[in-house]
Amino acid sequence: MSVLLIAEHDNKKLKPFTLNAITAASKIDSEVHVLVAGTNCENVTKEAASVPQVKKVLWCDSPNYQNYLPENLAPLVTKTAEKYDHVVASANTFGKNFMPRVAAALDISQVSDIIKVSSPDTFVRPIYAGNAFATVKSNDKKKCITIRPTSFEPAEKTGGSAQVEKIEAADIPNISKFIKREETKSERPELGTARVVVSGGRGLESGENFKLITDIADKLNAAVGASRAAVDAGYISNDHQVGQTGKVVVPDLYIAVGISGAIQHLAGMKESKIIVAINKDGEAPIFSVADYGLEADLFKALPEFLAELNKLNTIQK
Amino acid sequence: MKILVAVKRVIDYNVQIRVKEDGSGVHTENVKMSTNPPDDNAVEESVKLKESGKVKEVVAISIGEDKVQETIRKALAIGADKGIHVKAESYIEPLGIAKILKKIVEKEKPDMVFLGKQAIDDDCNQTGQMLAAMLNWPQATFTSKVNLKDKSVEIIREIDEGLETIEVNLPAVVSCDLRLNEPRFASLPNIMKAKKKPIEQLNAKDLGLDLTNRIQQIKVEEPPKRKAGIKVANVAELVSKLKNEAKVL
Repeated sequence: MSVLLIAEHDNKKLKPFTLNAITAASKIDSEVHVLVAGTNCENVTKEAASVPQVKKVLWCDSPNYQNYLPENLAPLVTKTAEKYDHVVASANTFGKNFMPRVAAALDISQVSDIIKVSSPDTFVRPIYAGNAFATVKSNDKKKCITIRPTSFEPAEKTGGSAQVEKIEAADIPNISKFIKREETKSERPELGTARVVVSGGRGLESGENFKLITDIADKLNAAVGASRAAVDAGYISNDHQVGQTGKVVVPDLYIAVGISGAIQHLAGMKESKIIVAINKDGEAPIFSVADYGLEADLFKALPEFLAELNKLNTIQK
Repeated sequence: MKILVAVKRVIDYNVQIRVKEDGSGVHTENVKMSTNPPDDNAVEESVKLKESGKVKEVVAISIGEDKVQETIRKALAIGADKGIHVKAESYIEPLGIAKILKKIVEKEKPDMVFLGKQAIDDDCNQTGQMLAAMLNWPQATFTSKVNLKDKSVEIIREIDEGLETIEVNLPAVVSCDLRLNEPRFASLPNIMKAKKKPIEQLNAKDLGLDLTNRIQQIKVEEPPKRKAGIKVANVAELVSKLKNEAKVL
């Protein structure tokens, strides 16, 4: 029994959610092996090897894997999976992209987006935008699983010293080409892992008005989120979207401003520890999940909020 | 060129679902059903490509009980040319759905398969990728822009870090995101016309496929409820509560 976890990285560093996935993988079985496939990614193998739960790192260095094209990555994972009982990855746009290809190649029914490991074959996963939790048992001999990162604590980064083993690249089909990636650069914390998230919705009325949100976010060292409506309206880019088909966040503090609280948005934030809602419509569904609701005009409330925050002597970072 | 577009009938996205007390699933009786939202984007994009002249034919397919024909009719009213209904009486996992779609692809020989990136009921996000793997085709997931060329398609995808541009050879599977386009409403004359368009019927069990579900649903339950919060009177009270009661500032 052992688990093969596919590391997400940018060829230089391990992406933080890989650490959460390692925690989940170690709940399935203590023998966790990590596959690092990339180009000139030796540093990533070192990072993976120093995570205490990791027992072995498989390193496949090839230009084929520089941009994680699923057509190229899936054959390598499929081949490597032969010796394993479980193949796991994060349920984000990285894992969601290639894992079903691996499952199909192995004739396995994938278990997507698990939030709990009940046993090595039984898992809990949200369905209907998190409005129901399904406990499911996989009867496939081998299992392909994607893990909701925010449902598991990140593993420690240091303390381990796993062996690193080089493996051969697999054949690639040459049917797809990477052109470019436009990453939104930000000084703020990442949305998925931030301690505080301040989100804006359609109530902001324009992209310019999002400055009211970012000012508060900067004061609180928070990430900036958005509802789908705000992203659709072009107020802010897609990588800020929180919800069923955006990102799922579980911060200590989530502040929803001008967001009515559609089921699809709640799916992405309702597990947050403390939720604040600021909305002028007292009947908005967001108030049903808020610990603290403020029924107010956001254009008046946000500047006041910033002023009150400025009065505080200290703010947790 | 020809597009096969797959549509799924799901509980409408506005319905607050109710979990059955015996833990066997969610209530679906007398509940409003609709096309899975990103499948609407898939239909819209297919029809737009047809209107641009680059695509000659759009075939809409759905798998399930007889009522999925309503979902197919809707795609026909938007502008698909014909429908295929693969009849299946019970739930089939994405792996089985992908196998059925592969069969249909081999018969219809489309240049592209369009579908939604994820169904909002089981939230699996698997079918398109599985189908692409089974066909040894490339895939474009989370698609928010399509630029169709002669032998390839350039795609902008929404990823966690922002946007990614890829180019995949044809034939290809394209799974659509919600910002790909603005799905139109079918006009009344088009709804009437759609009634005359053909829907071919097949039976899933006649396709010679292993469609056994591999995942056993043990129970479905309501997620833990959040305890009711309070309304604060003003910003000062909010900040004070966050600082002193919740201790998050």
